[in-house]
Amino acid sequence: MKRTNLKTNDLILQTTVNIVFFIIFIFSIYIFFAGHYTPGGGFVGGLLTSSAIVLLLLAYDVKTVAAIVPFNFLKVAAAGLLIALATGAGGIFYGEPFLKHAHGPVHFPLFGEIELASATAFDLGVYLTVVGVTMTIIQTIGETE
Amino acid sequence: MIEISKAISGYLILQGAVLCFIASIGVLRLPDVYTRNHAASKGATLGVMSLLLGVFLYFLMVEGHFNSRVLLGIAFVFLTSPVAGHLIMRAAYNTKVPLWENSVQNDLKKKNAGDPERTSHPRIRDK
Repeated sequence: MKRTNLKTNDLILQTTVNIVFFIIFIFSIYIFFAGHYTPGGGFVGGLLTSSAIVLLLLAYDVKTVAAIVPFNFLKVAAAGLLIALATGAGGIFYGEPFLKHAHGPVHFPLFGEIELASATAFDLGVYLTVVGVTMTIIQTIGETE
Repeated sequence: MIEISKAISGYLILQGAVLCFIASIGVLRLPDVYTRNHAASKGATLGVMSLLLGVFLYFLMVEGHFNSRVLLGIAFVFLTSPVAGHLIMRAAYNTKVPLWENSVQNDLKKKNAGDPERTSHPRIRDK
């Protein structure tokens, strides 16, 4: 189809995206932390976060989004893999097998005792990897003309 | 109390289903893109919101479970569905999809009268 040079006014889309971005982003964080007891986890949370960023890409152009979210997403994916590897390797230093996870109450100065599991850190690695890989794919496709 | 809330949520779910059904009939029966989109975005939005509200009330009153995600879903659908309809309509208008032949008003046509890029296409015509 013929490319039209219509300069369209994106005000409605951009205003809505400004609000909806935060809803999706907060929901993705919720999904990420809810993964231990309810459906959710690092993979779905990562996909939701990257879908929120893709929504920004739809409403604004690539340069604006690169200024809003100033990450090199390849490095984000690498950091996620590194975090997952580090939590897996953490068990080795305590004489346990690789990927052996620990959990237990941790005392915080303000919140009191909270039960923490090191599987969450592994999930954080999954989350960052999914965000990094998805955004790398979409940005790479989007930049080629 | 439980029976009353069951009845209310049942009514809301039925209303949502009927509204979605009416919206789908509208999509089938109406003559052009704009009227079809009008039926789909309005009817289906209210229908889905009624459905979600019925589900929320059921789980709140009968199961005693406050599900905030459903409330968030209601707000989200209310926020995004009309915008999606607006974007589809505007994309249709900008790619010169013709209006229904009996349409009586085309305000954008008058607004774009001085712009040959937007008015030169023969398929958009005034009544």
